[in-house]
Amino acid sequence: MQQGALPVSLGSYLAVAAVLLVLGVFGIFLNRKNVIIILMSIELILLAVNINLVAFSAALNDMAGQVLAMFVLTVAAAEAAIGLAIVVVYSRNRGSIEVEDVNLMKG
Amino acid sequence: MSALFFYLFSAILLASAAAVVTSRNPVHAVLFLILAFFNAAGLFLLAGAEFLAMILLIVYVGAVAVLFLFVVMMLDVDFVQLREGVQKYAPVGAAVGAVLFGELWAVVLGWQASPGADSLQSSPTPANMDNTHALGQVLYTDYVYLFQIAGLILLVAMIGAIVLTHRRREGTRRQNITMQQTRQVSDTLETLQVRRGAGVQETGILRPKPDALPADKEHQHEHAVGDH
Repeated sequence: MQQGALPVSLGSYLAVAAVLLVLGVFGIFLNRKNVIIILMSIELILLAVNINLVAFSAALNDMAGQVLAMFVLTVAAAEAAIGLAIVVVYSRNRGSIEVEDVNLMKG
Repeated sequence: MSALFFYLFSAILLASAAAVVTSRNPVHAVLFLILAFFNAAGLFLLAGAEFLAMILLIVYVGAVAVLFLFVVMMLDVDFVQLREGVQKYAPVGAAVGAVLFGELWAVVLGWQASPGADSLQSSPTPANMDNTHALGQVLYTDYVYLFQIAGLILLVAMIGAIVLTHRRREGTRRQNITMQQTRQVSDTLETLQVRRGAGVQETGILRPKPDALPADKEHQHEHAVGDH
C-alpha cells in the first residue's frame, strides 16, 4: 500500500488516536459526577475518531475520510450544544449537576 | 522535520488530554481542551487536511470550547464536591482503559491493509489541487445530500438548545405583534376642545391614553378614574 502525504507511518497516527480515545474513556470513568467533564471526554473521543479518519484519508489518498470527519465534527458540535443546554436547564431546576442524582424517571 | 513536529504535537495533545480529565478546576480543563484542539489541528495539517484543521480551530476552539467555558463559569455549582468519588472510580476506570488500550494496541500492531485497498477509493484525492478545493469538489457533488442533512442537524440542535434554555420571566416587557398591528389611531390619540388658558388638570388630558397600554389595563383605568 502506498503511503500518502503522512510525515510518519500510519501506525503512529493510529497509536496517538488510540491513546486519546482511551484517555477519553478514562475521563468518563474518573469524573462520574461532573457532566461537563464527561461532555469534554466525549469531545476527546470524537477527536480521536477524527484523527483516525484524517490519517486514513491521507494514507489511502481518499477524500471520503475527510468528508466523514467533517460530518463527525458537525455532529460533535450539535451534541455539545444540546448537552450543555440540558446541563444548564438541569442545574437551574435542581441546583446541582451530579449525574448520580439524575434518577427522576426511575429508569 | 515534519516527523519531529508530529511527535511534538502528539506529545502536547496527549498531555493536555490527560490534564483535561484529571484537572481539579473545570476552567483549567476547558483551557487544556483548547490546547488539545490546537495540537490536533497541527496533526491534521501534517496529514495534509488543511481545511479540516482550520475548521477544527474555528468550530471547536471558537464555538464549542467557548460554549463550555461559558457554561462552566455561568453555573453556580460546587465543583470541588463533584470530585469526591474520584479515588473510588479511578481503579475501575484505569482497568477498563487498560483493557481497551490493550485491544486497540493489538489492532494497531496486527493491522494490515488488504492488497486491493487502493482500488477501492470512493473519491480519490485529485493531484495538483489544494485540499480545500478537492474537499469542496467532492462535498458539493457526491456528498451534497449528506451535507444538507448536516446543516439540518445543526438547525435542529440550535432550535433545541434555544427551546431548552428559554424561559419566560415575570416583569419583562415583550413585543406583542398582534397588538401592534391591530392598534387604531383612536386608541392612542384623542382630540379635545380646550378652552384657551386651561391647565392640564382642568381639561382632563391623560398621557398616555388609558387604552393605549392594554398590558396594564386595570391599573391604568384605576388611575384614570382617580384622576377624574
